[in-house]
Amino acid sequence: MSAAAQGPATDASATDAATPWWRRPAMRVWGGVAIAAVVLFGLAPALLSDFRLNLLAKFLCLAMVAVGIGLAWGRGGMLVLGQGVFFGIGGYLMAMHMKLSDAGPDGVPDFMLLYGDGIVPGWWEPFRNPVVTILAILVVPAGLAALLGLAVFRRRVRGAYFAILSQALAAAFAILLVGQQKVTGGTNGLNGFRSFFGFDLADPLNKRMLYFIAAGVLIVMVLVVRLLMASRYGELLVAVRDQENRVRFLGYDPANVKVVAYAVAACFAGIGGALFAPIVGIISPADVGVIPSIGFLVGVAIGGRATLLGPVLGSIAVSWAETGLSEQFPSFWTYFQGALFILVIAFLPQGFASLGGLWRRRRGATSEGTPPAPPTTTAAAVDDGGGGDDADAAVESSRTAGRHA
Amino acid sequence: MDALFSQLFAGLSLGSVLLLAALGLALTFGQMGVINMAHGEFIMAGAYTAFVLQLVIPDAGVSLLVALPVGFVVGGLLGLLLEVTLISRMYRRPLDTLLVTFGVALVLQQLARDIFGAPNVDVRAPAWLSGAVPFLGMNLPRTRLFILAIAILSVVVLSLVLKLTPLGRRIRATVQNRDLAETSGVSTRATDRLTFFVGSGIAGIAGVALTLLGSIGPTLGTNYIVDAFLVVVVGGIGQLKGAVIAAFSLGILQATFEYSTTASLAKVLVFVVIVAFLQVRPQGLVSVRTRSLA
Repeated sequence: MSAAAQGPATDASATDAATPWWRRPAMRVWGGVAIAAVVLFGLAPALLSDFRLNLLAKFLCLAMVAVGIGLAWGRGGMLVLGQGVFFGIGGYLMAMHMKLSDAGPDGVPDFMLLYGDGIVPGWWEPFRNPVVTILAILVVPAGLAALLGLAVFRRRVRGAYFAILSQALAAAFAILLVGQQKVTGGTNGLNGFRSFFGFDLADPLNKRMLYFIAAGVLIVMVLVVRLLMASRYGELLVAVRDQENRVRFLGYDPANVKVVAYAVAACFAGIGGALFAPIVGIISPADVGVIPSIGFLVGVAIGGRATLLGPVLGSIAVSWAETGLSEQFPSFWTYFQGALFILVIAFLPQGFASLGGLWRRRRGATSEGTPPAPPTTTAAAVDDGGGGDDADAAVESSRTAGRHA
Repeated sequence: MDALFSQLFAGLSLGSVLLLAALGLALTFGQMGVINMAHGEFIMAGAYTAFVLQLVIPDAGVSLLVALPVGFVVGGLLGLLLEVTLISRMYRRPLDTLLVTFGVALVLQQLARDIFGAPNVDVRAPAWLSGAVPFLGMNLPRTRLFILAIAILSVVVLSLVLKLTPLGRRIRATVQNRDLAETSGVSTRATDRLTFFVGSGIAGIAGVALTLLGSIGPTLGTNYIVDAFLVVVVGGIGQLKGAVIAAFSLGILQATFEYSTTASLAKVLVFVVIVAFLQVRPQGLVSVRTRSLA
């Protein structure tokens, strides 16, 4: 019994009379997208130097992973510790294509001549084709996640067990990359790309184009999540998170619901990795192992794991802070990151996006002097009051449901 | 035949290391359902304890023997501190505990880096552990045998404590049914604290033992923590039986795969085997019987 479960129809009827049009959830989403588009496409390129813009493009790639984590972890309750794997697969696939196209038709990438016997392995060959590469980036991470998800969720392995397995996958993947130096470049990873689908990467104009691609992809991802969450599927996902058995007793298979969210998150991470490689110019095991995989989570947690924009903003904020602080105080940053994990998760589990809702409820409670309303009215009130977006309502109503359960 | 035996020994040796790393984790996970990511850093703390003691006590043999109990106490106190300050506030939120303790792990790692420096340091092995013991035509390194002995001893002592002492009875009661134990007059809060002390203490011992195998650095714990988690997953939330069987099985499996392929491929294969195994027994090898649907 959550606001999300009541669906968009209730949103409209509940908000018609009381709320001005600019505070309605749908308007807030479109307004948010419009603002994001203006900032990302207009302000940022105009205000930032080419170097800073490239840095922002990198942050946007990391934010793509965060959007997926927000879906799987925030809405679906699956703690995904191993997103680095999917990020890495996307990045390496793109890097393989770029290395091959740099080497020219039938050419051999430079590092293979250096470490190996100078023969391109058979499974590299298809990635000479740009279409195959793009399809693989979309399909391979999602497919791997679907396989693992089916194996794990069908047997009702979940919670900490799933988290550990996803983490172990990341560890194994990073070790595999280091071990197979002849075909993966080992610890150094793949780097030194010269062109991206025929565009010269040294040209600042093309760098700028990459930035716009990243910004556009990120906005599309946020909209996809928004559409998913507004659909029946989104209701099921939140329901599975809150009461998996009840969903099962209603005749749905929670495993399928979870697999879809996990696969979508993996797909987003893969795309993020695929854009990360040309933008940053390197993809290596250091970007995909256990620590970076968990590192993806901190931005999501800080922003608000169960909200639409929280993961994006949190992730960008953390990346920005890390770049700024770790350059000057490398050791301080690690303490800071550790402290962020401890303080945010322990004391602000819904992230900064929940602060607004908390404040509103406190203000509402003191000014009206009424005890907390019963669940239905609370849900409606949350819809009326409006959070950062209607996902806030889902979080808050689920919290309310927990209190009354 | 020789190859088989040496594989078996390599597996047992790897298994004993895994067991030491995972034993405390299995204990705390089994009882409180929290996953402690900082467990690896307690291992690291134990290793650095051995390093510091060797600076104080020049005799390598004496310092090692002193380091084992001191490492236990250091690891245990760190664990106790973590339990009292953070974990006790948020049990029943196991997944969040995992992230909080990861934050603690980051801080401890950086602390070690700032105190001891980023480069690895070495602990000298005592003379009586150098060399190897000939056995059935093989040479078994004494250090590996010593670690195997420590692992076995830890399991024996821990299972005796669990079986015979009042503390063990309270721990078992809490694992089986926390609410009922509380109702029967067991202070589950006190039991949690003691369990965490013991579990983290074993991590400290593991750290001391690991100094015999190679140099130690701030990331020592991270290298073992994922494998230790896998042992817990495969072993299930039982008593110690599951962890022991799982650690040695995974050790032998890893050694066998390494023998036939490469070390990096072996990791992936072991992971695949674990996922396949969970299809058969999603709850792990040993699990406490429960009627709950969760």
